[in-house]
Amino acid sequence: MTSYSHLLQLAMPEVIVVITAIFALTADLVLLRTSSLRTRLSAAVSLATIGCVAAILSIAHSTDSVNLFDGMLVANPLTHLVQIALLVLTIFVLLLAVDSEFTENVGEFVLLILLATVGMMFLVASQNLLTSFISLELLSLPLYILTGFDKRNARSSEASLKYFLFGGMSAAFLLFGFSLLYGFANSTNFVEIATAIHGPSLNPLVILAIVMTVIGLGFKVAAVPFHFWAPDVYQAAPVPVAAFIASGSKVASFFVFFQIFSIAFGGSAGSAAWMHLIHGWVPVVAGVAALSMLLGNTVAITQTSLRRLLAYSAIAHAGYMLIAAVAHTPDALAALLYYVITYSLGTIGAFGIIGVVEKATGSDKIADLSGLSKRSPILSACLFVFVLSLAGIPPLAGFFGKFYLFVAALAATPGSSGLLWLVAFAIAMSAVSLFYYLRILKRVYADSPEGNSTPVQASPLTRAAIVVLAALVILFGCAPNLLLQPILNAIHALAA
Amino acid sequence: MLAWTIYISFLGALLQLLLPKGNNTLARALALVTALAGLAIAATAFLTHRTGELITVTNYAWIPSLGINFHLAADGISLCLILLTGIVALTGVLFSWNIDRRTNEFFAFYLLLIGCVYGVFLSYDLFLLFVFYEIVIIPKYFLITLWGSTRKDYGAMKLALYSFIGSAMVLVGLIAAYVVAGGKSMALNDLANYAFSVHFQMWEFPLVFVGFAILAGLWPFHTWAPTGHVAAPTAASMLLAGVVMKLGAYGCLRVAMTLFPHGLDPWGFSLLGLSSWRDVFALLAVIGIVYGALVAMVQKDFKFVIGYSSVSHMGFILLGLMTLNQIGISGAIIQMFSHGILAGLLFAVVGRMVYDRTHTRELVLLGPMNLNKAIPFAALTFVVAGMAGMGLPGFSGFVAELMILIGSWRAFPIFAIFVGTGIVIGVVYVWRAMQKAFFAEPGDASTQEPLPPITIPERLGAIILICTSVAIGLYPQMLLKIITPALNSPLFDGVRKGGW
Repeated sequence: MTSYSHLLQLAMPEVIVVITAIFALTADLVLLRTSSLRTRLSAAVSLATIGCVAAILSIAHSTDSVNLFDGMLVANPLTHLVQIALLVLTIFVLLLAVDSEFTENVGEFVLLILLATVGMMFLVASQNLLTSFISLELLSLPLYILTGFDKRNARSSEASLKYFLFGGMSAAFLLFGFSLLYGFANSTNFVEIATAIHGPSLNPLVILAIVMTVIGLGFKVAAVPFHFWAPDVYQAAPVPVAAFIASGSKVASFFVFFQIFSIAFGGSAGSAAWMHLIHGWVPVVAGVAALSMLLGNTVAITQTSLRRLLAYSAIAHAGYMLIAAVAHTPDALAALLYYVITYSLGTIGAFGIIGVVEKATGSDKIADLSGLSKRSPILSACLFVFVLSLAGIPPLAGFFGKFYLFVAALAATPGSSGLLWLVAFAIAMSAVSLFYYLRILKRVYADSPEGNSTPVQASPLTRAAIVVLAALVILFGCAPNLLLQPILNAIHALAA
Repeated sequence: MLAWTIYISFLGALLQLLLPKGNNTLARALALVTALAGLAIAATAFLTHRTGELITVTNYAWIPSLGINFHLAADGISLCLILLTGIVALTGVLFSWNIDRRTNEFFAFYLLLIGCVYGVFLSYDLFLLFVFYEIVIIPKYFLITLWGSTRKDYGAMKLALYSFIGSAMVLVGLIAAYVVAGGKSMALNDLANYAFSVHFQMWEFPLVFVGFAILAGLWPFHTWAPTGHVAAPTAASMLLAGVVMKLGAYGCLRVAMTLFPHGLDPWGFSLLGLSSWRDVFALLAVIGIVYGALVAMVQKDFKFVIGYSSVSHMGFILLGLMTLNQIGISGAIIQMFSHGILAGLLFAVVGRMVYDRTHTRELVLLGPMNLNKAIPFAALTFVVAGMAGMGLPGFSGFVAELMILIGSWRAFPIFAIFVGTGIVIGVVYVWRAMQKAFFAEPGDASTQEPLPPITIPERLGAIILICTSVAIGLYPQMLLKIITPALNSPLFDGVRKGGW
């Protein structure tokens, strides 16, 4: 039987992050009350970064592969890898927060970010409905608060409320679906649920449960038609928070989406192959994916706010990533992880640049980017990299992500052409996306600055973080193996 | 060694960005040295590999889990096009000597474009080929939108979207082929040797062929070409018409036809007299030839004349490919080379020599300027280039068009008649443009300000291009000697079907 000490040891990374969070809060409240905002932020972020690095080291050192209490706590090479990725993304988000001025409550801010990170880490390490739901809430609640953390900004509060109401409702749907599943399978473990529900003829209650789960998780990944919160939250949340919601939260949500659907509902997948539609959750998710790509890409064209544009492009990217769930093969999981991790790196970087530009111009209008290449050549070059990576231009990471995802999707069905319709649609939609991505870059490079043309100032730390992110996007694009091989190794180790 | 054409160009592009801003002379010198080095390597390879057989340049494992390699190789066809790229790149730098706004960035994008073009021609792994092919879109867009003229935003975006839609079609086709073939290798020969089912090839071939042919200006997907060429700065027009359109034609031959030769087989039924994709594309090519020439004949803008003439000339290439006989396909490859040189030359005359001096391209306004007296060198160059383009013996255009005509006579006798008509109209539009721009009734000379004289770089560039065209025209064997063995290599077994 597992002892508490063993349990604590297994959950060591999470424990480290929690302790860091409390420590950061205490230190800020007790020791740094009278210091300047800048000092407090630097201290809290340094502490949190050290904590995250310690957690990464602790994960890297543990080699255990365990599955405790019906999948309530799972540790294997794959969860380790995803957790490390999450922690790295959190560190980048924290680094972007050092310069921010939207709040006086530094300790609480860092605490919430770290608690959300813990939620993600537990979410990844769960193969059980119960812990999945709790972790999801542990992730979501801090995000609702963080979205409205800029109390001087009314839109921030509005977005927070909207996010909370939508989120609460979708959590209710999810919980309802989970309760039905439990009632049907008499277990909360993914694998045992899978043995209870399989075969082409499904109990109506199971169908209801699956639909509820699609709604609940579709909300988390911002897929159409559960996307309404995304543009407002992306637009009004403080920059580091928006970056956090767009990156780490996406990684964890997509991972758990894939896990629940491919493991728990593995037997009732059905098929979305052209002319061979078999009912199950796959056709539903395929439809959601196609709608997300269509709506995200077409609505993004009309946006004038860069943040809203990124929100709609995120919806479109959610559509691409859902193709991996439609394929639900080990290769598709590898492709999904590669895609979502590199996507997150690029998105954090883009938000970092938005933060800098907002400080200089006071708004996030695309028009305000005019002539950025003259005002800050380095940031412009980084934005160039991030935007083209989102557009899927080689040799950046976004291109290989798409390529591998589409290969995995085609290889998933026998005869290799079942999902061709979805892949062809995705590729066509990415051609549409080039239009609005290029327009951003045209503003940056071709137009002359409107009004103010003084150089845009960014602190050395922010600038360094953005440059490192751009370098990673280029590196993972030119040498995809650096990221892909560890992912594949972890997935193969799991299968073996 | 040949791989250094790519690396040097990229390195040059990077150095341009690191150089101090504002030192135009340094930027130009660096661009010139880079282009010259690329040309030197290309020419050396062209002169030393006279057998035309496939030589592997480099081959590293790149993404082993997917069987994708950094595999560069060259055969006779690639060598011809590499040489073309080198020549056009060098002369392009010479003709952009007067760029003085954001010079570093201009040459950085320019060299990035050149490097990728070399990359496409040298790639043996199709993933790699696609990577280079797709990067090309970005520098193209920025070269036009930053340094272009007439409706540059529209032209640049249209060109970028057309190219991207084309490459999206290619990507769908390549991924499907790769997965169907087992997902183990993207090497050209592995995919070419895989026996794809005829049904698969029947839809794959048109998809990939059209995807590439959009960039080659296939009618009715050509509309990006004239607007893009007109909007682009001179050097970019030269590159676009000279080599970038050839990327499309090269992709049609190297990827679509090599991988899916059964896509060219008869459908087994006939629709409006067409019974295979081969007939369809040959017909579109012929329409392109005649349509491009007719539209060029009525243009008011000098640069549009050249833009539409490119559509017409690219039609010859696609028709040559569809003949499926050795003389036709060889002719198409020589036409790629020839048109690359001549389109470069024509755009240089119109964009650099005339427009940059007179600031107008309206034929009616150019006429009274008495250009044949003011800038006689430009008039002379245009006459020579125009003659070469319309297929006067002794120039490269003659050899190419003759071979394509013979090839298509064997394959599609009726189409050959229209091709002949196209050539005749070609004479007309060149003649008309020449007459209106250079030899019209002279206006009142006293009211005109004297035009700046033609500079040395311009003369040098024009002479290089004219000499190349004459050399090919007088001694086509220079190219044919390496094209023939390449076409007879095992790669083209499917197209050859056991003999030409």
